[in-house]
Amino acid sequence: MKYIKEAAIIFGITCMGELLNYYLPFPVPAGVYGLFLLLILLCTRLVKLEDIETTGHFLLDIMPILFVPASVGVLESYIEIKAVLVPLAVISLVSTLTVMGMTGKVAELMLNRGEQS
Amino acid sequence: MSFLRESLYAGFVISLLAYMAGMWLKKKFQWAILNPLLVSIVIVIGILVVFRIDYATYQHSARYISYLLTPSTVCLAIPLYKQLNLLRRNIVAVMTAIVTGVLTSAATIYVMCLLFGLGHQHYVTMLPKSITTAIAMGVSEEAGGIVTMTVVCIMITGIFGNMISETVFKVLRITQPIAKGLALGTSAHAIGTARALEIGEVEGAMSSLSIAVAGLLTVMVVPLAAGLI
Repeated sequence: MKYIKEAAIIFGITCMGELLNYYLPFPVPAGVYGLFLLLILLCTRLVKLEDIETTGHFLLDIMPILFVPASVGVLESYIEIKAVLVPLAVISLVSTLTVMGMTGKVAELMLNRGEQS
Repeated sequence: MSFLRESLYAGFVISLLAYMAGMWLKKKFQWAILNPLLVSIVIVIGILVVFRIDYATYQHSARYISYLLTPSTVCLAIPLYKQLNLLRRNIVAVMTAIVTGVLTSAATIYVMCLLFGLGHQHYVTMLPKSITTAIAMGVSEEAGGIVTMTVVCIMITGIFGNMISETVFKVLRITQPIAKGLALGTSAHAIGTARALEIGEVEGAMSSLSIAVAGLLTVMVVPLAAGLI
């Protein structure tokens, strides 16, 4: 029963996320609506952590694998993007590196300053 | 390969085994380039090519893996909830870092598009590349970009971010778990977050938060930045 209840809560919230995505006019995906919904339910204690934790951790644990099929699918679009592949890839790589470095460094500096004061 | 075309599990199993092989290689050699996600993608592509399996056949069963992506995203609320106090205490630093990241993303893409002489359509195609696919597709379409190309850029970004993070943190001496999580989530969306969750719970929580916040901020920034080229 434990897993049935957990799955019912998690997939129920996922479904609510889909519903919001369907009816609200914002470009927010179902998963992000669901994320906030679950967060609100946890904060208001309408859902307890132990009601979803086991199945929740299973889903979080397998998350990297969920990207494999879609990533392999990128090969399919290879022909479409061949002409601009080099600039596209270079821009993506440089931009990702810069954003990661800037975000991390700004956070690091601000957090360290906060600790000193 | 008619069995593969019929099988509901073969693509699934291939993906799982490929990821396990990736983790084993990573553990054995400890090189940053041996990122389990990248290795598993290469292995799957290798298998498809060697056995002459077309993508649609693999996808026939592998698509059930993607089916779990939405509930997994929902569950990102769990680490976030556990770290809510930490978030409250550091809210200014967290928000400043994510805003910086979103603006840096738009700025680097703008400058690089000018350097490569790319036009408006390619520019807006790339603008939402650091955020989660489902939001980015809508943003790209709205701005007049080429959606499939946006998805390719998102994948390149995610896989590269997932791969490079260890080195970036070492070189730039980013040591705080909060900073690592924010950096991964803001630059490399859910694929970066998958990596952040492997590093630790605080990293995973901050990265999850970044997906949502950076995604929503980008929705607002792209229409403003789109007119620049």
